[in-house]
Amino acid sequence: MALAGGNALVPEKVREPEIKIEAISKVYPANDGDIVALRNVSIDVGHGEFLSVLGPSGCGKSTLMLLVSGLEHASSGRIEINGQIVDRPFTDVGIVFQDHALYDWRTVLDNIMLQAEVRKLSRHEIREKAHKLLARTGLAQFENKYPHELSGGMKQRAAICRALVHEPPFLFFDEPFGALDALTREQIRIDLEKLWLERRPTVLFITHSISEAVALSDRIIVMTPRPGRIDHIIDVDLPRPRDKAVMASEAFSDYCESIIERFMEQGVIQY
Amino acid sequence: MAGSRRAKAWRSAANPIIAIVLLMFVWEGAVRLFKIPGYLLPPPSEVLAQIGDHARILANHAGATLTVIVSGFFLSALIGIPLALAISFWPFFNRTIYPIIVFSQLIPKVAIAPLFVIWFGFGFLPKLLIAFLISFFPIVIQSIVGFTSIRPEPIRVALSMGAGPVTLFFKVRLPHALPNIFAGLKMAMASASIGAIVGEFIASQQGLGYLILVANGEMNTPLAFAGMLLLCFTGVALYFLVETAERLATGWHVSRRVGAAT
Repeated sequence: MALAGGNALVPEKVREPEIKIEAISKVYPANDGDIVALRNVSIDVGHGEFLSVLGPSGCGKSTLMLLVSGLEHASSGRIEINGQIVDRPFTDVGIVFQDHALYDWRTVLDNIMLQAEVRKLSRHEIREKAHKLLARTGLAQFENKYPHELSGGMKQRAAICRALVHEPPFLFFDEPFGALDALTREQIRIDLEKLWLERRPTVLFITHSISEAVALSDRIIVMTPRPGRIDHIIDVDLPRPRDKAVMASEAFSDYCESIIERFMEQGVIQY
Repeated sequence: MAGSRRAKAWRSAANPIIAIVLLMFVWEGAVRLFKIPGYLLPPPSEVLAQIGDHARILANHAGATLTVIVSGFFLSALIGIPLALAISFWPFFNRTIYPIIVFSQLIPKVAIAPLFVIWFGFGFLPKLLIAFLISFFPIVIQSIVGFTSIRPEPIRVALSMGAGPVTLFFKVRLPHALPNIFAGLKMAMASASIGAIVGEFIASQQGLGYLILVANGEMNTPLAFAGMLLLCFTGVALYFLVETAERLATGWHVSRRVGAAT
C-alpha cells in the first residue's frame, strides 16, 4: 500500500506490479524499411511508484506511453494494468502531453470540466476540485480565460490540473515539460512532486532530462536509441520531498553522473 | 471600458456607410456635371425615386430572390457538411463521391441552367438547384479541412477520458472545425446570391435578377440600377448575418483576436 503523506520516506517495494509490460515491440511499416520503435521491452510498475522512462529522441519512449495508455496497439507482446489486458484506451488515468492539448474553444475551467462531462461525474464535485487545483497551481485568476491568453507554463499547469481533477490512480506524462523554459520547468517540477505526494498515484513519466528523472522518480528506466530497448534500470534511493538540499547532494549528482555514463557508452553523448 | 469598445464598433461600422454616402454624392455630382444621359448612368436621385415609385413590386421581387438565396444556402449547409464528414472519415466516400463533386464544379452552372429549365420548367426548383450547386462546394472543401486538420493529442486526451465516437465528434472534432466551416459558409452565402440571380436570369419570371434583365431589355436603366442596389443590400445583409453567427460561435479563434485583420 502506498504511504499517506510523504515525509522523507521512500515507498516500500511492492508485491504485485500494477502495470505489467511484457515483451512489447512496436514496428511502424514504411516503404523504405520498417521502423522498429521498440524491441522487446518488459517493465513492471508497482503500486504508487513514480517511474521514469528516460532516453534520447526516437528511442520509442513516447510510443511506449501510447501503448500503455491503449492509444496505440503493440506489434507484439502484451500490457496489463491491474490484471486487465490493455487493448483499447485505458481510462482510469490522467494524461499530460508535451503540448498541453487544451481545447482552444473552452476556458481553462471548462477544459478541466471536460473530465466531468465525458466521464459522467458529479459536476459540482469536480468544479470544487478544479477550483482548488487551479488555486494551488496559481491559476485562480485565469479560470475563465482561454488557453491562448496563458503562457506556456500556465497552459501546462492547466493540463496537469485536468489530469488530476478526477483523482485517477494512474498518471501518464509524455515529456510534459519539454516545451517550457528552464526556470518554469524547475518550478513546475517542484509543484508536481508536491501534488503527487498527496495521493501517490502510480506514475509513468516520459522524459529526456536526466536531472528531471532523478529529481522526481523512484525508479528510472534508461532506454537505448532506436530500436528502443532497456539499457539499464536505476533505483533512486533519495529522500522525499526532493528539496534543494537533496538536489544539491552528492548522492543526486552521483545518480546523474552514472546515467550520463550509460549514455556515453551508448554514444548518445560524446565529449 | 466596454462602453468605449462598443462606441468604437459603431464608429467602425459607420466608416463604410459614410464612404458609400460620399460615393453617392460624387456619383450624383458627376452625372449632373458631365450631363451623362440617364439611360447610360442614372444619378442616385433617380434610382432612389424608382425605388420609391415601385416599392411594392421591388419588394415582391426582392422577397422572391431572398427566398431562393436563403433556401439554397441552407440546403448547401445541410447537405455539404454531412458530405464533408463522410469524405473525411470514410475512405469509400473519399474515393467515390469526392471526385464526382469536384467534377460537378467544372461544369459552368450558366450552361446547366437551361437544362434545368427543360427538366424542371420555370420557377423555384431550378433556381434553388443552381444556387445550391454553386454554393455547396466551398462548404464541403472547407469542412473537410476543418475535420481533417485536428492534431492527434486533443483526440487522445478525449479517448483516454473514455469518449466514444459521438462524444468525440460533438466535443472535439466539430468545435475544432467550426472556424473552417464558417469560412465555407461565408463563401457559400456569396455564391448562393450569385446562383440565385443566374437562376432568375434563365429560369424564372420572378426575382431581382429577372427584374434587372427585363429593365435592361426596356433600356430602363434606373430600374435596373434600383434592382442592383437592392441586390447589393440583400447580399451584404445576409453575409453580415453569417459573420455575426461566426463571431458568436468562434469568438475564441486565433483569427478573431485583437490585432487580427478582421
